[in-house]
Amino acid sequence: MNRNLIIGMFLSLLFVAAALLSFLWTPASTETLNISGRLQAPNWDNWLGTDHFGRDILSMIMVGARTSIAVALVAVGIGMGVGVPLGLAAAANQGGLLDEFISRLNDLIFAFPSLVIAILITAVFGAGAVNAIIAIGIFNIPVFARLSRGAALSVWQREFILAARTAGKSAARISTEHILPNIANLLIVQGTIQFSLGILAEAGLSYVGLGAQPPIPSWGRMLADAQTMVTLAPHVAIIPGMAIVLMVLGLNLLGDGLRDALDPRLKGRRA
Amino acid sequence: MLAYLLRRLIALVLSLAVASVVIFLVVEVAPGDPASYMLGINAQPDTVAALRSELGLDVPKVQRYLTWVGGMLSGDFGTSYTYRTPISEMIADRLWISLPLALLALLLSTLIAFPAGLIAAARRGQGSDVGVMAATQLGVAIPNFWFAMLLVALFAIKLRWFPSGGFPGWDDPLKALKALTLPAIALALPQAAILTRVMRSSLIDIMGEDFMRTARAKGLSRRQALWHHGVRNALIPVLTIIGLQFSFLLAGAIIIEQVFFLPGLGRLVFQSITQRDLIVVESVVMLLVFAVITVNFAVDMAYAIADPRLRRRA
Repeated sequence: MNRNLIIGMFLSLLFVAAALLSFLWTPASTETLNISGRLQAPNWDNWLGTDHFGRDILSMIMVGARTSIAVALVAVGIGMGVGVPLGLAAAANQGGLLDEFISRLNDLIFAFPSLVIAILITAVFGAGAVNAIIAIGIFNIPVFARLSRGAALSVWQREFILAARTAGKSAARISTEHILPNIANLLIVQGTIQFSLGILAEAGLSYVGLGAQPPIPSWGRMLADAQTMVTLAPHVAIIPGMAIVLMVLGLNLLGDGLRDALDPRLKGRRA
Repeated sequence: MLAYLLRRLIALVLSLAVASVVIFLVVEVAPGDPASYMLGINAQPDTVAALRSELGLDVPKVQRYLTWVGGMLSGDFGTSYTYRTPISEMIADRLWISLPLALLALLLSTLIAFPAGLIAAARRGQGSDVGVMAATQLGVAIPNFWFAMLLVALFAIKLRWFPSGGFPGWDDPLKALKALTLPAIALALPQAAILTRVMRSSLIDIMGEDFMRTARAKGLSRRQALWHHGVRNALIPVLTIIGLQFSFLLAGAIIIEQVFFLPGLGRLVFQSITQRDLIVVESVVMLLVFAVITVNFAVDMAYAIADPRLRRRA
């Protein structure tokens, strides 16, 4: 086990556990307001203090983790679910019309400024978590399509694929039975990276008011609310930001750690 | 080379055409009619209809699309529904903020990334490398709008060195630069982190090459070899990333512009979306996509000229 993997896994699991725990228990309700107890610095009753409505920030962070994780996770799911089959199909059809079409489609989606389009989608179809998922998910598709195409192409050159072909297996069966298991490592590593990018994107969208809508707590929304209170009560702005940083950092370390663990040859060569 | 150029040129035009259709469709299916949005909920139906025909919204979609594309090809981006001014003028105004901001951010991130990447690669595995890599991990994990908030709290509100937002115009260049400094730093942070990593890994790859060993065998010290032969060769991937980052910065500043109330391109798109000024959204997004696609095309071409193998493969 390497250090990155341990720290990364610890941080990621910490937030996942907090999000899961929030379904059963939070230190305080995130829906009851307590104006007289607002903007309190961290203390014994409210470990991370209270926000401008007197809500317990630790509870808000725990429930907010749900939103972040759910949005980013489903967005990765969309990217993998659509992108990987496309990439595998393109590789199986290397040099053919389908391959060309899928590759050009990838280039095209990559050319769109993702943040602007995400904002366009959420603004046009309504702000909310579901549209944020779609907006982020669409831009995960070409990432996975390109990665799985490239990785699959090199697997297609191997002898055991030739053996499978002479055994009469179809390209589709070879792709799912032989190629996919061989590129799964890469996909998992990329998955953690896209997961962390999704957390950042969700925070950005909800910061400009286009992510999950109040009263659903989200980290980006908490930061937007805190913006005018930075000097008055710094903890209101610092804590949700730290939550985002630690979650993203954890996922990135997890990704790096997994890559090293799954393929020791790449150790220390990551870009 | 000519055949390759022609193929890529056709692909370029096709991509642009498809992009324009996609943008037009996304904006067109948007719920909410611009005319009724502008006139408010109490407007008479005939007033709405009159405005619709004035804005050209009553002609068929296909015709509207063709007018839009035809106009852009001749440099006419249309007229804003809300402000009734030519969109090309609005874009030109905003570019005077977005372009310097993107350039400044790029300059900052390059100034940080080059030495940082070089140090990390030259002292691979040592304390300074570990430190630099840890810093880049943090750099990519910090949301830039949060970093921007913290910068404002410290340098604008506490220390009062820089303004907390807004843009005074270029009449006083020093004031203008001051207004762009904090946003540029916020934008540069994640870019610098990414660029440092690219620079480091690119240099590390180069150091394993045969010509580097030849350079050492020739009697150059490690540092001389790195400086004279390594850096130049390592620059290719670094320059690609810089190119990509530039087009990203132009559009990606949208949230940072929001934090600092900077009237740049991103903020223009954002405001137009909320005001249902759809023609502005279409034209600006198309312009951004055009910028990205042509930059990528130019990079591909530069590669093809530098490396003939790429031409044959494509």
